[in-house]
Amino acid sequence: MSVSHPGLRQRSLQLLATFCALAILVASAACNSGGGPGGGGNVSLQGAGATFPNPLYQKWLSEYGKLHGNVRIDYQSIGSGGGIKQLKDQTVDFGASDSPMKDEDLKSAPGEILHVPTVLGAVVITYNLSGVNQPLRFSSEVVADIFLGKITKWNDPRIAADNPGVTLPANDITVVHRSDGSGTSAVFTDYLSKVSAEWKEKVGSGTSPSWPVGLGGKGNEGVTGQVKNTPNTIGYVELAYAVQNKLPVAHIKNGGGSFVEPSIDSVTAAAAASAASMPEDLRVSITNATGAQAYPIASYTYILVYKDQKDPVKGKALVDFLWWGIHDGERFAKDLLYAPLPADVVKRAEAKINSITAGGASLRQ
Amino acid sequence: MSAVPENEGMNFVGQGSTWRRVLSPTGNTGDAVFRVLMFGVALLMVAIVVSMVVALTVDSMPSIRQFGFNFLKSQRWDPIKGEFGALPFIYGTVASSLIALLISVPFSLGIAIFLVEQAPHYIARPVGFLVELLAAIPSVVYGLWGIFVLAPFLRNYIEPALASAFGWLPLFQGSITGIGLLTGGIILAIMVTPIISAVVRDVLTAVPGSQREAALALGATKWEMIRVVLVNGAPGIAGAVILGLGRALGETMAVTMVIGNRAQISLSLFDPSYTIASAIANEFTEATGDLYLSALVELGLILFLVTFVVNGIARVLVWNVTRKTGGVGRAA
Repeated sequence: MSVSHPGLRQRSLQLLATFCALAILVASAACNSGGGPGGGGNVSLQGAGATFPNPLYQKWLSEYGKLHGNVRIDYQSIGSGGGIKQLKDQTVDFGASDSPMKDEDLKSAPGEILHVPTVLGAVVITYNLSGVNQPLRFSSEVVADIFLGKITKWNDPRIAADNPGVTLPANDITVVHRSDGSGTSAVFTDYLSKVSAEWKEKVGSGTSPSWPVGLGGKGNEGVTGQVKNTPNTIGYVELAYAVQNKLPVAHIKNGGGSFVEPSIDSVTAAAAASAASMPEDLRVSITNATGAQAYPIASYTYILVYKDQKDPVKGKALVDFLWWGIHDGERFAKDLLYAPLPADVVKRAEAKINSITAGGASLRQ
Repeated sequence: MSAVPENEGMNFVGQGSTWRRVLSPTGNTGDAVFRVLMFGVALLMVAIVVSMVVALTVDSMPSIRQFGFNFLKSQRWDPIKGEFGALPFIYGTVASSLIALLISVPFSLGIAIFLVEQAPHYIARPVGFLVELLAAIPSVVYGLWGIFVLAPFLRNYIEPALASAFGWLPLFQGSITGIGLLTGGIILAIMVTPIISAVVRDVLTAVPGSQREAALALGATKWEMIRVVLVNGAPGIAGAVILGLGRALGETMAVTMVIGNRAQISLSLFDPSYTIASAIANEFTEATGDLYLSALVELGLILFLVTFVVNGIARVLVWNVTRKTGGVGRAA
């Protein structure tokens, strides 16, 4: 029968071939996932976590890759929460987070986790107010009450008191906040919780707070889009994002009572102001910093690693990378609009990296 | 659509006896392999759906145990304090999809009727192509367009007009920002219109020409003839609407960018709202803590169920309609 109908036979052969090809594909995929890093002195490291430092980390990875051809490091910017989860599940070699891990997260982890600060970021207040040309100034209580929905008009006497000589319109304030869970929101609400007891009690601090008022925009770009397009809005975004997009940014009154413009230098100043009082584990919030030049809404971003590394080869590669990052890597920070660590904090981070071990043996040098 | 294989079968049988064997269950090995393969593929689909429901249920158990039925009733969503309630999200999802259908169904029907019954070929082709092109635009592009074009347009022209004309209705009160439930619904309407109109166009094309000729021969006007065609195509049209509804319920990115993402239930269409899909997309990456993650997974489970229930209701409606008009017969 096949002789008289070659087309049919051909078709079933094709079918068979497709099937075989599929089977081979599946089998080879299974092999790859099971294989892991091969020998030959090559090391492959996986990291995951915060989106905020992602541009800097990608720069680090490519620069570090040029210097160390045998080390391959990948970083997935899936969010701080996801980074912490994957680190706890031990599916990555390092995690990254914009805010320090909580005590209960640290306790439920299978090993001791170290916080290595890498750079600093800041959150700025941006707004859309026609007819106002000089930067607005806000004291901390005013910021809190605007985001609590207690100050509802732009010409509120308390805003006017911070901005003598500025003609403020009598319009309603529309608050815009992040709708996605974000380290930016965590830093901002941490700041608000410090400066307002009412905020702390009603809302608290976290990546996805329950905002008392306002519209939610997705990502820095979502908030920016809504602020730019809607008159009389106020919102908050990352410093780097605001600088790149030349948004109007407010000067904020810090813990020492001076109004400070957000900038890379004023963020590093905020970190320097609190460097001496940094706790042993380096988990610290630097919002509402004192010091004449310190911008009050800023935070460290961390790489998270296990103190005791299971694999000495991978552990060694990780330690070398971290050491390179907080020294040579810092010079890429400013170009990408991150604030580099103050010198005191680099020393503290060095100590943390030095304490990483594999099977009890130190991994440095 | 279902009639096509039968026709082919008839032709093949006419061509030679081997083809009959290919189509018959007792055919050669190739046939057997094909049958097994296709059965496997069909089974795989069922397995995927079942495993999704199982996985969602298992992962949402901590939240189900903690909140029980309250999860569906509570309006508070506060991850910091560990309080989770899904009602505002369910409301936002259903309300935005309903707005979308209210707007898009008349438009889609109009487009399809125009393309099939009225437009000359040289217009129908390019217009049909453009409508289908709308379906290929990524939803994030719709979202950006929503923020930068649609929202300002609604804020400056449409919403003030609605407020001054219908301001006595609670639906059109509140502050006008251009971002909110109405904007979300309109974006969705634009996104589902190409889907619904493309399917309706195919349905109307499939209505036999004899129906039109019969109607016209009985002295019907063009409009009366179109009504006959629509009645014939009713089940297919309803299917198209259900397809659009499914798209609207699950759409995430574009809605997220314009709906305001606020977990509240407000009568006003101008106020911000929140959909289930948006909430999951927004909060999943930074969700820490088992209960929080579990609550988000349970939201996913609810979206699954909402889609199921809404689809079920839609099918019952369709069934009712087709039963009443049943004598006329189906298109296609």
